[in-house]
Amino acid sequence: MSQANQYKGFAGWLEKRLPIISPADHFFNHYPTPRNLNYFWNFGAIAGLLMGLMILTGLILAMQYTPSTLHAFDSVERIMRDVNYGWLLRYLHMNGASFFFIAVYIHIFRGVYYGSYKGEREVLWILGIVILVLMMAIAFMGYSLVWGNMSFWGVTVITNLFSAIPVVGDTLVTWLWGGFSVDNPTLNRFFVLHFALPFVLLAVVGLHVLALHQVGSNNPLGIDMKGPQDTMSFHPYFTMEKLFFIGLFFTIYFLVVFFAPNMLGEAINYEPANPLSTPEHIVPEWYFLPFYAILRSIPDKLGGVIAMGGAIVALGLLPWLDRSPIRSARFRPVFQIMVFVFVIACIILGFVGAQVPADAFQIYGVQVFGSLSVLRTGQIFTAIYFGFFVLLPFVPLFERPRKMPRSIAEAIDGHA
Amino acid sequence: MAEQVQDESKRDFLALSAYVTLGVGTVAGTLGILNSLTPSADVLALASIEVDVASLAPGQAITVMWRGKPVFIRRRTPEQIDDARGVALSALKDPQTDAERTVEGKEEYLVVVGVCTHLGCIPKGQKEADVRGDFGGWYCPCHGSHYDISGRIRKGPAPLNLPVPEYEFLSDTNIKIG
Ligand code: HEM
Ligand code: FES
Repeated sequence: MSQANQYKGFAGWLEKRLPIISPADHFFNHYPTPRNLNYFWNFGAIAGLLMGLMILTGLILAMQYTPSTLHAFDSVERIMRDVNYGWLLRYLHMNGASFFFIAVYIHIFRGVYYGSYKGEREVLWILGIVILVLMMAIAFMGYSLVWGNMSFWGVTVITNLFSAIPVVGDTLVTWLWGGFSVDNPTLNRFFVLHFALPFVLLAVVGLHVLALHQVGSNNPLGIDMKGPQDTMSFHPYFTMEKLFFIGLFFTIYFLVVFFAPNMLGEAINYEPANPLSTPEHIVPEWYFLPFYAILRSIPDKLGGVIAMGGAIVALGLLPWLDRSPIRSARFRPVFQIMVFVFVIACIILGFVGAQVPADAFQIYGVQVFGSLSVLRTGQIFTAIYFGFFVLLPFVPLFERPRKMPRSIAEAIDGHA
Repeated sequence: MAEQVQDESKRDFLALSAYVTLGVGTVAGTLGILNSLTPSADVLALASIEVDVASLAPGQAITVMWRGKPVFIRRRTPEQIDDARGVALSALKDPQTDAERTVEGKEEYLVVVGVCTHLGCIPKGQKEADVRGDFGGWYCPCHGSHYDISGRIRKGPAPLNLPVPEYEFLSDTNIKIG
């Protein structure tokens, strides 16, 4: 096409031949952004940056890593001891995964609390859940690469989940492993997938952002923008604000990387994989704990697997389960309490997932529920987790919303 | 175009044959790829193993590796055999008699794959000092499955008994597994 464009100089020249200047311009300068966004709106950008950092550090680690059961563990130890700054790359990658999940979990909580899945945002929301599932798959396979004893048994237990599927389960697991147990073929394919899936993730994140820019950002009031009085330009206002918060978040991340790099990990993974010795107590990485707790709460193998999968599917169904036309929990007294109870249930399930089922439940040594066992605690809070979703469609029937401002501008300036 | 298309069925034929070729090719290619990920010939070729159990005293157990998995061989005491045979089938989650799980005349020896049928951990109980669970056989610490002295699931989330591999006695104390 030869029509003139508004860009001058090189930008104009390039835009004529390759239309990438105008989308970028729209993205930063013409994306109407609600004036009232709070700091919760920074976690998407943070997650995106961490994804970039994971891909960068991962690529460089992969140049030194050997995906073979005979050499994998030693090659990671070599990265830690002999490769220049290898320890830094690995600690950045290892803790980067944790902070990636922290950012994404807060990002999802933000979405639930402010009803960000409403108002033609169903596809945006579902893409977010796809991102979460991809991240879980990637992190799980990355953890296996270390080939420590927790890697090995974690992979064994989690891949065995698929054997719960009736009829084809066992065949499926043998297919996943490429053998009769977790072994070299498994490690090799996990390495390839751990390398490749982050790029699929990148593409899905691209679609997620595209959907966002189609519908627009939600905001803490959950009221649509009605005109320029409700918005501010993304750049420079929000870029500045985000940069500050990103600095804060990364400072915490780097404090962990430099001063407590193994705080979030398991010591047993510094022992090489041993197919003859199951660790006394298998625990997944912290970001899987609530789901692991739900799995163990159901005393039936297939039932446990269904409940665990259902916990994620239920999140994806939120746009259809929540029937209230009001988005933000600020104006929904019942929903607001429900979200807080839900978050507490997730956190308690996290503690449950890390403890031995028969023991008494405790949080940092305190038996908060008396002598109630870990198993029972898990069952109660699994019920609360699902109760949130079951109750949701009925809330609008009896909830009396708080009074809402008519527009974003009215809430801030006192007049529209 | 100035001229009228004479015979539209030619065009339909071209379209149809293109779709069929693409469809068959895609299905065949996908099946091939999926199949290449199943266990390869060298993995399948893992030969059977022979184990000499002459040194096992009653009550003792050994673990051997077979197809990348541990196999438990336990020489049981007469009381343990009675115990295993005295259980009513109705008390079992995966009903199987002890006789079905052992070789006739050799019921002293129990040979089972030592992989928990829940999610694949290795149950404790091979060593004298191990916790053996409520039924005196094996106990899986991962999610708390209890197996009896016949390797049958008695309590916990595991759905099935510890599987008995294919095996035979070559001589009085020589077992061939696989
Ligand atoms: C979205 C992104 C990613 C996530 C969430 C992720 C997550 C992880 C995790 C949790 C580990 C285990 C860390 C440990 O305990 O040591 C790991 C290891 C590893 N990852 Fe990634 N990863 C990502 C992207 C990548 C990419 C793109 C590559 C390569 C191109 C890569 C290469 C590796 C390698 C070689 C290891 C093994 C060495 C080690 O343990 O440090 N990763 N990854
Ligand atoms: S793997 Fe043995 S009880 Fe779960």
